[in-house]
Amino acid sequence: MTLAVIAASVAVFSWKFLGYLVPERYVANPRFKQLADAITVGLLSALVGIQGFTSDSQFTIDSRLPALILAAVLLYFRMPFIVVIAGAAAFSAAIRMFI
Amino acid sequence: MNRIPVVAVSVGMATGIYAVSFGALGVTAGLSILETMLLSLLMFSGASQFAFVGVVATGGMAAIPTAIASAWLLGVRNGFYALRMAPVLGMPGIAKVLSAQLTIDESTAVATAQSSQSGERRGFWWTGISVFVFWNLMTLAGAVLGDQIGDPANYGLDSAAAAAFLGLVWPRLNSNLYRLIGVSALVLAVSTSAFVPAGVPVLLGAAVAAVIQYWGKR
Repeated sequence: MTLAVIAASVAVFSWKFLGYLVPERYVANPRFKQLADAITVGLLSALVGIQGFTSDSQFTIDSRLPALILAAVLLYFRMPFIVVIAGAAAFSAAIRMFI
Repeated sequence: MNRIPVVAVSVGMATGIYAVSFGALGVTAGLSILETMLLSLLMFSGASQFAFVGVVATGGMAAIPTAIASAWLLGVRNGFYALRMAPVLGMPGIAKVLSAQLTIDESTAVATAQSSQSGERRGFWWTGISVFVFWNLMTLAGAVLGDQIGDPANYGLDSAAAAAFLGLVWPRLNSNLYRLIGVSALVLAVSTSAFVPAGVPVLLGAAVAAVIQYWGKR
């Protein structure tokens, strides 16, 4: 199992490292940066969806939805990141406890 | 700007919250504390780590090839982040290993939210190091406590992870184009997740972002 852990870690690391091996002339231009920033927004937004609205790959609505709404409100009022996360976790835990 | 260290530590502490549940999940899945720690130290990519222990938990040793493949597939986006960060960081030779290991959602998100190249650099290193420290310390705590912790959902840790991604993308949702990209990627990822392997929905989100960016800038 330890070997499997190391093999999987190397596999995951290979992506991270490959990105740094691409010659700079391909990635150091404003057009690529613009595209890359848009894709980063796409990736993070997709992760909000997967983490917030799926369970075992199935579409699911549960206490994570109100927690995300609370997080959005806290972010709107420029609360610190840690307050947003702790608030969302506590709210969702409270809902699960009482409902 | 001195807000970067504050944001970085804040993001680190937040990821630490669900690193506890990763640590507990690792030992519950049958990994030793050392193996669970190796995942956080060497793999250091939350989604891939959760996928690896998730597959091992249900399939045991026989499922190891699947576990490795799942972790690998979920790590694709880090390669993309690396492309984005490489020209900003300009790491020489073997030092690329350092920046590569810290190239994750959080470090890239905080970096790309900055407006200058030096800000991006500071955002990346501060956040990468902060998350690495908190992630590993809290994994250890979770692994030692093990199944005494119970279901992470009871503490709302699944909501914490969702809120963390929302908090990371939030500063970027400052234009109609990016808001459209965000909503489209989220809807596409959620609606396809039942039909494609784990990791692919997020990549579809990346693809739709590229398409919208292309048409939006014409």
